[in-house]
Amino acid sequence: MSSMQVQEMLDVRRERKEMGMRERLTSPPRRGEDSPLKRALIHLMLIITTIIIVFPVVRVFSTAIRPGDNLLNPTLEIIPEGATLDAFYHVLFETNLLNWIVNSLVVTMGTATVGLIVAATSAYAFSRHKFRGRSLSLTFLFATQLVPAVMLLVPVYLIAVQLGLVATYQGLVIAYSVTAVPFSIWILKGYYDTVPIDLEEAAMIDGCTEFQAFRKVLLPLSLPALAIVFLFNFLAAWSEYFFARQLIGASEELLTWPLGIQRFQQQFQTQWADLSAASIIVSVPIVILFVYISKYLVSGLTLGGVKG
Amino acid sequence: MFDLEQAWAALTNVGQALVVLVLAVAVMEVILYLILVRWRKSPKALPILLLAPAIVGVLILYVYPLVWELNVSFTKMGLRNFIQPGLLGLTWEGTPLAPLGAEKDIFIGFQNYIDILSGKPVLKQTGFYQLFLQTIIWTVVCIFFHLTLGVLLAVMLNRRLRGRTMYRTLLILPWAIPAFISLQIWRTEFNFQYGAVNQVLGVFGIAPVQWLSDPIMNFTAMIMTNVWLGVPFMMVITLGGLQSISQEYYEAAEIDGASSVQSFRSITVPLLRPVLVPAVLLGVFLTFNNILVPFFINQNELETSDILVTGLYRAAFQYSRYGFAAAFAFVVFAILLVFTIFYVRRTSALKGAYE
Repeated sequence: MSSMQVQEMLDVRRERKEMGMRERLTSPPRRGEDSPLKRALIHLMLIITTIIIVFPVVRVFSTAIRPGDNLLNPTLEIIPEGATLDAFYHVLFETNLLNWIVNSLVVTMGTATVGLIVAATSAYAFSRHKFRGRSLSLTFLFATQLVPAVMLLVPVYLIAVQLGLVATYQGLVIAYSVTAVPFSIWILKGYYDTVPIDLEEAAMIDGCTEFQAFRKVLLPLSLPALAIVFLFNFLAAWSEYFFARQLIGASEELLTWPLGIQRFQQQFQTQWADLSAASIIVSVPIVILFVYISKYLVSGLTLGGVKG
Repeated sequence: MFDLEQAWAALTNVGQALVVLVLAVAVMEVILYLILVRWRKSPKALPILLLAPAIVGVLILYVYPLVWELNVSFTKMGLRNFIQPGLLGLTWEGTPLAPLGAEKDIFIGFQNYIDILSGKPVLKQTGFYQLFLQTIIWTVVCIFFHLTLGVLLAVMLNRRLRGRTMYRTLLILPWAIPAFISLQIWRTEFNFQYGAVNQVLGVFGIAPVQWLSDPIMNFTAMIMTNVWLGVPFMMVITLGGLQSISQEYYEAAEIDGASSVQSFRSITVPLLRPVLVPAVLLGVFLTFNNILVPFFINQNELETSDILVTGLYRAAFQYSRYGFAAAFAFVVFAILLVFTIFYVRRTSALKGAYE
């Protein structure tokens, strides 16, 4: 088989895969029309649920725009009297919020990248090779998911002290990426298993080494799964709190946003408006990203399990 | 004030970390390559080379800490005995893990485990069995609501409906907002005087509730918050499952005269099973080990509304009883492990993953 043909096969496969994904995600609702009464009932239930779900979110907005003298007023009104954007201005330009966000972003991107590379290569070994201790290792990786995070806090902190990694990002990046690896390996292995090995074999007959076949054939085909794993690791590290508190909580200039935001609470009195405004600023980009990708996240989650 | 220099420092700090990591991995890989490929000519060289970084990482961050923890669980290490314990009572003076304080014998065998399982108040106020019971209630109630509400919403959203996308987007919000933030929000809303929850209850003429200081109400508040947080995940996962069920089954059932309840029970439920079985397992892990929700709703104040993992946190970081906390952690881990083995055997949730 020439490499042209392989390329062609790859294209066809990729097209098919993308179509499958898109079809699954945008397929119209399956059931036929309901009677008007039934539809009204469904709308009513959905509206009530939506109100309950969205209510606390709306409250945050109204707290953020409340003027300072009106903060502790027990009220349920959504747009308070004398609404003001002062709190947003204050947290953006008069506190370190932007620095905290940059810190988080840098740590999170580094973590997600390292975790993805480590998981992508190991998952290949688990998916394409049989070796002694393989299922035992898979079981061990699965069992790590049962370990309460608190259980690791003390020993990991002591290791970090001994290696001089406290109050640096090194320790945090290593801790985050390694804790993300077992789950990522499971998801990626599940995905690799669904890609037929024929394509890589064809590439190897054409003279690729096995590693080239992995890099040039399997990895491009697994792009959706890789993206999902990257996002998973990104989101997990983005709002992580306990490890960050242990490892960098004492160094003011290293704080990630969850630690930073807590500063608004720790003085004599919580600055509700600041806290709310900062929460909104931190959440909005993530929420937009999330609403767009949530379906893909779920398809990645179920891949490993549903398959069998 | 945004400080560009500080941002640059963060970037270089992480950059350095990555460079160090890459160099370390490269050195390791080259050594392994020379040994395996050049010297031993091993046919299994590639998988070993690919797995090596993960193995080292897991050894450092899971295996070593767990072994350390197991060892500590047989000691009375704590703030008053803050010394690096020897292995099973032996001392390891002069090793790289040199003692952090004066060397003395803190090995107490299984005493910590006996203390835990004999059920005496091993924290200040609550014993193991109360925490265990509360954790079971917490997990079962949360998963029950996640599942029923999630499936209910998904089934409604899977119909031809105006505003479907809008509902879906809004209903997903609790999952999308970083949990850390939602928890701060809920904590404030449970405030006796200013919180929205009591004000809404007031609208219906219900007397305000001490959500934060009454143990049972605090526990209820934790569950309410976690239900709010977890339903969207189950909803989205069920929606994905529903959309992969072929329409033909329903048409065939309709021709055979099945009612919609019947077709839900004999088509939807069995075909959703392969999606929901692993999702529930994941949900149990996340709920059972969930420290964020109890920790932030409770603010680590009421010991009596703790669950196992917050009790564990309290033992380690509030009472600084490291030996005891380590033993406690292994008991918690064992409970979840036994459950998982049972669940996986019964449902074959991981079938196919080992092929």
